[in-house]
Amino acid sequence: MNFLNQVLQGVLLGGYYALLACGLSFMFGVMRIINLAHGSLAVVAAYGVFYLADRHEWHPFAGLVIAVPVMAAVGWLLQRSLLERSARAGELVPILATFGLAVVIDNTLFANFGADTRSLAPFLEELAYGGFNIGPLTLGHLPLLTFGVAVVLLGGLHVMLKHTPLGRRIRAVADDPSTAQLVGVDAMAVNAAAAAIAMATVGVAGVFLAIRATVDPYAGAPQLIFAFEAVMIGGAGSLWGTLAGGIALGVAQSLGASVHTQGFLIAGHVLFLVVLLTRMLLAGRPIMSLFKPAVAR
Amino acid sequence: MSSRTNILPTTSGHSSSRSAAPPTTLPVERWTGLAKVSVAGVVLGQLALALAPFVLDAGALDRLTVLFIYGILALMWNALAGYAGLVSVGHQAFFGLGAYAAVRLADAGVGPYPALFLGAALVALVAVPLSAFMLRLRGGEFAIGMWVVAALAHLLVNLDTLIQGETGTSLISLQQVDSGTRRLTTYWLALATMAGLAWCVFILLRSRVGSALQAIRDSEEAAASVGVRVRETKQLIFVLSAFGCAAAGALWLATAVTFQPKTYFSVQWTAYMLFMVLVGGIGTFEGPIIGVLIFFTIETLFGAAGVSYLIGLGVVAVLFALLLPKGIWGTIEQRLGIQLLPVGYRLGGEARRATDDRQPSAD
Repeated sequence: MNFLNQVLQGVLLGGYYALLACGLSFMFGVMRIINLAHGSLAVVAAYGVFYLADRHEWHPFAGLVIAVPVMAAVGWLLQRSLLERSARAGELVPILATFGLAVVIDNTLFANFGADTRSLAPFLEELAYGGFNIGPLTLGHLPLLTFGVAVVLLGGLHVMLKHTPLGRRIRAVADDPSTAQLVGVDAMAVNAAAAAIAMATVGVAGVFLAIRATVDPYAGAPQLIFAFEAVMIGGAGSLWGTLAGGIALGVAQSLGASVHTQGFLIAGHVLFLVVLLTRMLLAGRPIMSLFKPAVAR
Repeated sequence: MSSRTNILPTTSGHSSSRSAAPPTTLPVERWTGLAKVSVAGVVLGQLALALAPFVLDAGALDRLTVLFIYGILALMWNALAGYAGLVSVGHQAFFGLGAYAAVRLADAGVGPYPALFLGAALVALVAVPLSAFMLRLRGGEFAIGMWVVAALAHLLVNLDTLIQGETGTSLISLQQVDSGTRRLTTYWLALATMAGLAWCVFILLRSRVGSALQAIRDSEEAAASVGVRVRETKQLIFVLSAFGCAAAGALWLATAVTFQPKTYFSVQWTAYMLFMVLVGGIGTFEGPIIGVLIFFTIETLFGAAGVSYLIGLGVVAVLFALLLPKGIWGTIEQRLGIQLLPVGYRLGGEARRATDDRQPSAD
């Protein structure tokens, strides 16, 4: 029963990872860009909402209403000022630029907020610890909510890509930017919109990070790694794959933690490497060609 | 650079002018006069550094040792990112494992100095199967994938009871060596490792591997189509960079004596490597040398500023990525058409024809 509970908690934790990873998965699938400041930007959103809650007594979910559009604007700005320009210098340059940005963000947070860890949980009262009990199993309200938000966001992104005019334009630009331009799509504007959408989800993820646990200025790097692992385990470029990957990562970590105190992190990293190795052995050819992104190149 | 090796205009231009003008031949040069002077300068500089301990005081020697270790890191990261097109955010894995292997070997009874290099060799050995695996990832996937490897290596080293988790341990057998001897030995070892690896990269770039690397950097598919063994060439550079970073970690251990996993497996090493290579000029041989000198100067002047210093490094790195992605040397080379160290070929009389192919990508 204890084992079952570990798995259940792992699945719920996976919901958070899926939420964290959906922006990364979206940007990678659509724009073929991996943003190394992804985790750090989530932490920025968390600090922003914490500031509103701490100084101005805003409820974290009210803070979210501010954080999401602000993060969307950050995404638009990031694409127009950093990603677009650096991508022109070569496909590896955005990696260098976003890594530099992550260094700047992390250390700026440290300079302004110090090394103390912060959490939004105290502002939520009973939601932070309440839960349903089903026999020996516990379903926390907050993990369930997180999971639900992840499913809604991933589903929303999916529907948006498949069934809206903006989604069609995004897919067209991802497919072939120059041809999309020929038929009247403004590729730069579309990419900026896609980056804004991705960063809006990062804002949501950052707030849930600070609700379910604590954040510190250097929390961005592990969050980036978790998000990346969820995307890669699920298969790069597939949004529902990201949900599956997040759940697999959460379960592995939860079971790992029950084996050894360090097992939480080790199990997640090992699962990531094992999945990569399995795909390599099964296919014997580069992973990317196997798992075509939801939006084909 | 590859275009320099490929374009051999032995006749002057189009077929219509063939009968009119006699063909002018441009000699293909490698050892230009400037190159000869530069290489001679490098050799003399290295000799001077080798003799420096007879002139300089202990503090200066310690700082120079640090400079050499940064030099190794920059060289290795540039070989990987600039020539093999592999940006890694996880090379601190090898830095940490190199130091860890030295601690382990010394504990097993190996003398402290042999342990440093035996440890680096062992890490290179581990990097062989790892490379077969990680090199299947492309671009950003490889970058963060390596970060996962570094995080895992850090966690696994912490499990070793000898290390005592984050408390760490020290290379005890090194403390039995008299401090003056230790300083000199470490200085010379660091200098020899840096110079040795630099010459190693220099020779590699001038060999068939160098041509293969430049072909891969320009287009992996095209390189493979003309028979370049893409995977093996990248693997070679990956393993070399693992060895170099491991040796750097072991040498850092020799200067610091204490081994705390958190310090050695910190992503800050990647930030330093990226800064040095990006600022100096990614994918140029001279670039990392300039990058190291700039980084070392900044660190000496502002390192005490702590967080603001790190923010400054990040801002400069972002600005270079946006405004000067070829770095200082890449830009100078492009504008003036000069190349100090002869790692490519060039056409005589064409010195000012700037080529635009020094990009860190294979795109």
